[in-house]
This record gives sequence, structure tokens and C-alpha cells, in this order.
Amino acid sequence: MMWELIQANKRKSIVLFISLGITLLLLGYFFGGAYYPDGGGFIGIFFALIIWGILSLISYFSGSKILLAVSGAKEVTKEVHPQLFNVVEEMKISAGLPKMPKIYIINEAAPNAFATGIKPEESAVAVTAGLLARLNRDELQGVIAHEVSHIVNRDVLFVTFAGIMLGSIVLISEVFLRSLWFGGGGRYSSRSSKSSGQGQMIIMVVAIVFAILAPILAQLLYFAISRKREYLADASAVRYTRYPEGLASALEKISDTSIDLKSANKVTAPMYIVNPLKPKGMKLTDLTSSHPPTSERIRILRSISGGANYVNYQNAFNEVKRSKVSIIPSSGLTDNSQISLKDIAAAPIALGVSKQTKRDTGDVMMKVNNYSFIDCACGLKIKIPPDFTKSELFCPRCGRRHTIEK
Amino acid sequence: MTGVIILLVVIAVVVLFVISMYNSLIQLRNRVKNAWSQIDVQLKRRHDLIPNLIETVRGYMKHEREIMENITKYRSQAMDAKTVGEKAQAEGLLSGALGQLRVQVENYPDLKANQNFLALQEELTSTENKISFSRQSYNDQVLFYNNKIQMFPSNIMAGMFNFKQEEFFQVEDEKERAVPKVDFSAQS
Repeated sequence: MMWELIQANKRKSIVLFISLGITLLLLGYFFGGAYYPDGGGFIGIFFALIIWGILSLISYFSGSKILLAVSGAKEVTKEVHPQLFNVVEEMKISAGLPKMPKIYIINEAAPNAFATGIKPEESAVAVTAGLLARLNRDELQGVIAHEVSHIVNRDVLFVTFAGIMLGSIVLISEVFLRSLWFGGGGRYSSRSSKSSGQGQMIIMVVAIVFAILAPILAQLLYFAISRKREYLADASAVRYTRYPEGLASALEKISDTSIDLKSANKVTAPMYIVNPLKPKGMKLTDLTSSHPPTSERIRILRSISGGANYVNYQNAFNEVKRSKVSIIPSSGLTDNSQISLKDIAAAPIALGVSKQTKRDTGDVMMKVNNYSFIDCACGLKIKIPPDFTKSELFCPRCGRRHTIEK
Repeated sequence: MTGVIILLVVIAVVVLFVISMYNSLIQLRNRVKNAWSQIDVQLKRRHDLIPNLIETVRGYMKHEREIMENITKYRSQAMDAKTVGEKAQAEGLLSGALGQLRVQVENYPDLKANQNFLALQEELTSTENKISFSRQSYNDQVLFYNNKIQMFPSNIMAGMFNFKQEEFFQVEDEKERAVPKVDFSAQS
């Protein structure tokens, strides 16, 4: 069943890849042709392919590493955050992942998360310290389920390679348009003879128009599919956790914060659970965003009723969007088996950021950096840096003596 | 001569067919076993956690002796259970008793602040989640395997080589069985 979903996803990706690929080749052809009328088009294609090839190879072999390094993520062991490990393992079981993903924590107060890994066998999940401090167990489970389903649905593969193609298109267009400013036009006029001048002029105009339009169109296409994948990942998350409210309230909390994620940029943005680059109130952003509006995702999750299968998500989607667009590939909807929702008797969810969550964020980060902790009888939690060498210390508040076990 | 060849080909085809059917039955049965071992690991983990839990809780909850005795009793029942059905039943009772304990914990703020207890509670919750998530995949595999055993023509093979049907792991959970109560008293 899941396999068919992945297949449907793959087919759509192939269509996207082919259209992006053709755009890339056309770009190369026109730009080459604009500079060298005699066979320049093919030289252009050649260079476009080389740029794309190099970028693809780099991202295939070390994309995950680069992404994790750019985001400042640090791999952690179970002792640092047992609950995070447990939740990831639960979702691994529920989603049927072949291997446990590696777990990373990002040293930032803004709550967010992403998954990487071209293959499900070698995947990783990264969450920020702010996320861990803010979310309760059910919410964390929802977020992790969403990330794990990106891995299972091969969305990481898609985002990486479509992103690379898009990047190549943007890069080549940019280089071409800039080269026009810096004397490209001069060379063109001196080289062109009178007979080919007219044809050359037309190619030049086409090339310029193309250079302006191609990146925009490619982005719209890319974002449209990326948004659809976000919905699908939400639907899978509901299926894995059987508890839509967990993800809904997590999304609410994540989008509620005003803290910006410093380590995110345009390239890494589609990877996160909620777009880290928040556009400030524009309707146009609906089309140019890698993520659907979070408020809408929450509304859909909250109107799910009757079960946790894909059909239930699709029904909720139709109800909220008042449309018949199918988010779930049809093979996912033929599975009518009833997956019952978990009952909503969970602990009440506290809203707002308390002093405690701020302190917890700090604690998580200190654990990541190998600090150890001693709970003093007076209620103070003493934090000991990893380079502290003495074998005992006195509580700064009450003066009790503590010995440090190494 | 051609008759012999045709006969040989037919025999070869039948033999190949039988072998592949037998292998696919074996494969399905192994998948069921594998899925079961996933659950079993978690059940064992839960049994290992409980003595620690009781030990930690005992000092705080002096008035809840009955709940703790139940937990101990159901734990040993669950450990003794042999068949899948027996296990499922005993584990269901154990889950119920642990649930009662969880409700009572709310009345003991000191216990709720105990780091050791919190860590145990987290492990126990996670183990229970893992059991319920792996239960789904186990039951799917069992359904698949049982269907194969009952359906023609693989049922003949299954009968010959003594492939037995496997049991579903169905936990009798109060919450899952409960019918939503409708309260009419507010009307009138």
C-alpha cells in the first residue's frame, strides 16, 4: 500500500524533473546561442549539464552532511534526551522504517524540525532545542511522525534533487543576466555580421525573456508539488500516530513563536516542518511558498473524524478547502481499513512559553554540550561544565557538599 | 517421444509451482514470527521495568497497595502466558492496572517531581506505544498469512506441511471497547 503511494509520488516527481530538465537545457541553448551564433547553443547545453551534474553529485554524496552542518545540528545519544529517542523509535516502528534514523539537536530557541536522508536506510532527524522545550510528548510525536513520513515518502530525495535543478536554473539565469550588464552586449554587437544580426537579435531577446521567466515558473511548479507533499506528510503522520491533535497543536505552537530560525536560508527552508522564513502577511505568498499555510494545515488536522487513515485526511481536506483536489494518490484512498483514533484524554496542553520552557531549552543545550547535572536537596539544579575537574563542589545556594561522579 | 517430453515438462512445471508455493508460505510465516518478536521484545522490556517502578513508587504511595499488588500479579501472569491469546489478555489486564496507577499518581505531587519516577514513566509510556504500533503490523502479517493458508490452492500445501493459522494479538482494552455514553439527563 505504502509502496504504491511512493510509486505515485515518484511518477509526479518524474514529470517535474523532466519539465525542469527541459527548462534547464533550453536555458543553456538560448544563452549559448545568444553569445555564439554558430553552434553556441550546444556549448550552452553542455555547460548547463556540467553545472547541474556537479551540484547533483555533491548533494547526493554529502547533501545530508552539508545540510546538518549548515544548520548547526549536533548528533546526540539517548542520554541527552531519552524522550526524543523513544518517540523517534516509536515512529520508526509505526512507519516500518528499516533502520533507526540518526538524531540531531540544533542549538536554537526557535522551534522547528527537519529530516534528511536520500535513502530510508541512512536518514536523520533534526530538531531544535526550542522545539523540545516547548512541546509535550504527543506534540513531539506528531512532529517526528511528519518528519519520518518525509523519509518514507522519499520527499527528501525529491526536495534535494528538484532543489538542485531549480538552483541550477536560477544560477544560470542569474549569470546570464549579469553578464549582459558587464559588457556581454558589447561583444555581441562587435561579433555579429549584418546578415545574422537579425536572427541573433531574436535569440538574444528570447534568451533574456527566458532568463527572467524560467526561474519564476520553475519555482511555482516546484513549490506547488512541495506543498502537496507537506499535506501528504501530515496525512501519514496522522496514520502513524493515530492522534491528529498532537501534530495540530504542535504546528500551532511552532507557528506562534516570534523567534526566527537563524540557521535557515532559502535553500534549506523546504526541509523544515514549518517554513522558517515567515512571509509577513501577503496573499501572494500562497503561490511562492514551499509550505501550505500552517493555519490551514491545523484546520484540516482538527476536522479529521472517524479514523486515522488516508481517506479520513482527504475528507477533512475537502471539507476545509471546499475543493475536490486529491492530496492523497488514489492508491492510498482505496485502503478502507479502519484505523481508530487514539482517544483525546491526554494531559491538558499548557499554552504559552513559561520561564520553565526557557530553562528547559538551556538544559537541553547544556546536555548536548556534555554538561552534567546535580539535583541539590534545596531544589537547585547545579550545572557542571564538561571541563570541571574537581571531584566535589558546594551548592551555591545552600552550601551542601556534592561529590561528582565521573 | 514427444509424449514423454510433454509429460516431463508438465511434471517440472508442477514441481516448480509446488516449491514456490511452499517457499512463499515459509516466507509469510517467518514474517509473522518476525513481527511477533518485535512485540515480544517490548513486552519483555515492560516486564523488566515494572519492578523498578514498584520500588520507586512504594515509598510515596502507601495507600495504593491494591493497585500495586494487581500490577505484580498481572505481570507474573503475563510472563507465564504461553499462547498469543493468553499473552494478549494478560497484557491487557496489566495495561489496565498501570493505567490506574497513572491516575493515582496525580494525587502525589512529590512523586510527580521525582526524576527517577519521571524517567521510568517515560520508558513505560514509550514501551506501551511501541507495543501498540507493532501490534498493527503483526496483525496485518497474520491476516495475510492466514488468508494464504485458507485459500485455494495454497491450502492444500498448508495442510500437507502442517502450516497452522496464527492468532491475532488483540488487547482487550476497556477504552477501545467502550461505547460512547450519551447523557440525556441534561435535556427535559
